[in-house]
Amino acid sequence: MKHIRNFSIIAHIDHGKSTLADRLIQYAGVIEERKFKDQILDSMDIERERGITIKSQAITLPYHASDGEEYVLNLIDTPGHVDFSYEVSRSLASCEGVLLLIDAAQGVQAQTIANLYLAMENNLEIIPVINKIDLPTADVDRVLDQIDSELGLDPFGALKCSAKEGIGIEEILEAIVHRIPPPKGDPEGPLAALIFDAQYDPFRGTVIHCRVFDGTVKPGDLVRFMSNQATYKVEEVGRFLLSREKRESLSAGEVGYIFAGVKTVSDVHIGDTITFDERPCEKPLSGFKEFKPVVFSSIYPIAPEDYEDLAVALEKYKLNDAAFVYQKDSSIALGQGFRCGFLGLLHLEIVQERVEREYDLSIILSVPSVRYRFTLKDGSTPFVDNPAYYPDPISIEKGEEPYIRATLLMPERYLGAVIKLCMEKRGEKSKLNYLGPGRVELIYEMPLAEVIYDFYDRFKSITQGYGSFDYEVLDYRESNLVLVDILVNGEKVDALSQIVNRDQARPRALRACERLKEEIPRQMYKIAIQGAIGGEIIARTTISPFRKDVTAKCYGGDITRKRKLLEKQKKGKKRMKTIGSVSIPQSAFLAVLKSDTDN
Amino acid sequence: MDSAKNSGLYIHIPFCLSKCPYCDFYSSTSIPSIPDFLDALFKEMERYGHRFDPFDTVYLGGGTPSLLSPKQLEDILMNGRKNFHLISNAEITLEANPADLNQSLLESILEIGFNRINIGIQSFDEKVLDFLGRRHSVRQAISAIEASRKAGFHNIGLDLIYGIPGQDMASWFDTLKQAVAFSPEHLSCYQLTFEPKTPLGRRFQAGEFSVPGEELQYEFFMKTSQFLEHAGYIHYEVSNFARGMEYSSRHNQKYWDHSPYLGLGPAAHSFQGNQRWWNHRSLDQYLASVHAGNPPVLETESLTKEQFQLEALYLGLRTKKGISLQDFKVRYGLDLLCAKQNILEKLEEEGLISIQDGRLHPTPTGLAITDSLALI
Repeated sequence: MKHIRNFSIIAHIDHGKSTLADRLIQYAGVIEERKFKDQILDSMDIERERGITIKSQAITLPYHASDGEEYVLNLIDTPGHVDFSYEVSRSLASCEGVLLLIDAAQGVQAQTIANLYLAMENNLEIIPVINKIDLPTADVDRVLDQIDSELGLDPFGALKCSAKEGIGIEEILEAIVHRIPPPKGDPEGPLAALIFDAQYDPFRGTVIHCRVFDGTVKPGDLVRFMSNQATYKVEEVGRFLLSREKRESLSAGEVGYIFAGVKTVSDVHIGDTITFDERPCEKPLSGFKEFKPVVFSSIYPIAPEDYEDLAVALEKYKLNDAAFVYQKDSSIALGQGFRCGFLGLLHLEIVQERVEREYDLSIILSVPSVRYRFTLKDGSTPFVDNPAYYPDPISIEKGEEPYIRATLLMPERYLGAVIKLCMEKRGEKSKLNYLGPGRVELIYEMPLAEVIYDFYDRFKSITQGYGSFDYEVLDYRESNLVLVDILVNGEKVDALSQIVNRDQARPRALRACERLKEEIPRQMYKIAIQGAIGGEIIARTTISPFRKDVTAKCYGGDITRKRKLLEKQKKGKKRMKTIGSVSIPQSAFLAVLKSDTDN
Repeated sequence: MDSAKNSGLYIHIPFCLSKCPYCDFYSSTSIPSIPDFLDALFKEMERYGHRFDPFDTVYLGGGTPSLLSPKQLEDILMNGRKNFHLISNAEITLEANPADLNQSLLESILEIGFNRINIGIQSFDEKVLDFLGRRHSVRQAISAIEASRKAGFHNIGLDLIYGIPGQDMASWFDTLKQAVAFSPEHLSCYQLTFEPKTPLGRRFQAGEFSVPGEELQYEFFMKTSQFLEHAGYIHYEVSNFARGMEYSSRHNQKYWDHSPYLGLGPAAHSFQGNQRWWNHRSLDQYLASVHAGNPPVLETESLTKEQFQLEALYLGLRTKKGISLQDFKVRYGLDLLCAKQNILEKLEEEGLISIQDGRLHPTPTGLAITDSLALI
């Protein structure tokens, strides 16, 4: 056990986490040079394109250290986005130490701090690593100052590297061996293994990724998931090299996988503890939480006949994403679909993109919503995450919405504009900390609904990309909520209804109307687009009709050509949704969802 | 299909002395090839036998049919009568360039059997004629109309073009008023279209000039309609006006109601049953095919039921008389009133169509957006 090191790399987005992971793998020699593919850990296309890690991954690196000993280094990769902070926390709980990676040019950012806190909560050894020191804009001294003043860590322990150029890699591996403590635990005790990820394998069922704290697990053992008392028989255990490597057992301190005939990833709860059915451990490992979706939206197929295909696609997708939840839903405007819950907006975008890309489906998503809580006059307190189920306004005693604590880091020069944005987003109880020369940390409590709307894009735009942002959900607070409907030629487009705070109703409705105006092509008659609260119209735009659209001459030689043109147009029109005699393209629905960085 | 309908005969005379830069009809400037072409044309007639009989219209279009001599024109009609059954009161039209016309020629044309003349006037504004690259002058246009009347034509049609870059309403109305002053039986008023493969189309795409915006085009269209209706013309098709329905072009109507028509000559289109076919759009290929004893047909298409419906809708809605709902149901197998009830109600409410006496008509504002009406 004293030759095992379990560690993770944590970093703000784009600070080079995946590149460093690749370099460590390459250095450890688990893969031949010619087979080396950049960023092996980010194996999904979408991860490569977005440069972020969505799913956790683990890999075991054999390492021959300078002290002449052979070590086993278990690198547990973590997702790099705030939507997945729970997954990050469980990965970190499986480690004894972390590399806290900081970009030499960008310095400390919001997620650097958020990740640091997570590491500290888990009592991990923290090794600061300054990456990208080869960049012309690198300012290592400034970052060393930040490590001292903003992170409160000893700058003398910081390592310097360029993962891209392969500089400083050996020093990092040596530091992992010598500074991160070996795991502790009793291989003979009752089994206690922490599940930090689960993936779906179409041939074998669910691959459980876990860290064993106590005990030894081997094929044939009868194990129990402590959160739901489900029992399974272990079929295979092993560790992660580049592919899975079967072993006789997994013991205290080790990281690896278990197959136990678990059908879907939804049967596995990240953060759960696996123990022996016969000889259970006293209590589960701490930190277990159920996934709680915070953003909700309905997914509809553009073509109603694709509904069955969508159902199959979501079912398959769900196999590998336990955080994604969905149920049947239907819209008058958009037909049959599914109401879905996501961990955040990024999670939503990922699901949307993967369903479209991997299952070749054209889909529409309704306006994302948070989960509101109402207290009704009859004393009941329903949660509502779908505007379709907004309670009868007369029956509402009060409404509440979820609040978050947002942590915003930025150069001081953007402070004024960011405060203005936070005020506009109903931010309150602000706190301002000066982290170092010219850098501030701004903390606001604000409604989650404001953050999922367009906060992030606008914050990035205001701070010209120098700002960073993180948040955690706090509690529910009272809010004057109203249901805003969007009507096209008098007909309600239910998929565009939104629950919003009354102060935001008018601007929100107007912007939806304007967006629709930009996206809906002119038609044969005037189109009225209205925003309404009940019967009260609060916003309105109109699209004037086109007046002239006819071919001047149409004789023998023109007829086939013209018909072909009309056939093409007709096909295009078929892909649109007709609501209130108005053909609405998919882009119009999407535009209402998209944020507006222009203002 | 309605087999009781008479057929139309279209003969494409693919020759022009000079090419107008806006025109996308097929033509060649190889005037010496005319005799060869006529030989081939007569051979092509023989191929069809009595498949299309009887005919009640003949239309010589082009190109510039008025380039032909009276003898050549006479040969065409003679061969037509020899090969096909032409009913006695058939409408027989000749398209003409004003520059080619004089009174004695016109008298011969009438004598040969043409009873309708359609003159490509285009404009009474010298600058516009210049922009359009026409080879005739305003003076020639006027004398051609006067000569046609004097020669004894009782059915004269004039073609005009509006929406020329830089043209305002007043200058278009100068032309329109001058045209009406001759009391022609028929007027075609075409909005200038920039056909992609023409010299003018290329200049337009290169952004050499700006064209009237949609609102102005609409104004041109509606004011033209109102003015001519007021002057006693029936706006019976998007671009066509007649001084009484008896003067509407019987031949052109066939294109809009799926009547059979036989098109002869290069690029000519024919239609019968559920088939449409068209000839090579090249004089050389046309001649070669005919001489080799082959049909000079480039392509044939068979319309599906949906294609029939779409064509019937967009063609029918180009005309004032519109679509008979009963005929549509019988011939195309679709009960429009049933299948499109909501949108038809909406369009009627918006004043774009009217449903009267079992017919679906476009209103004048509806006529301006007919192409879209057909997409319901």
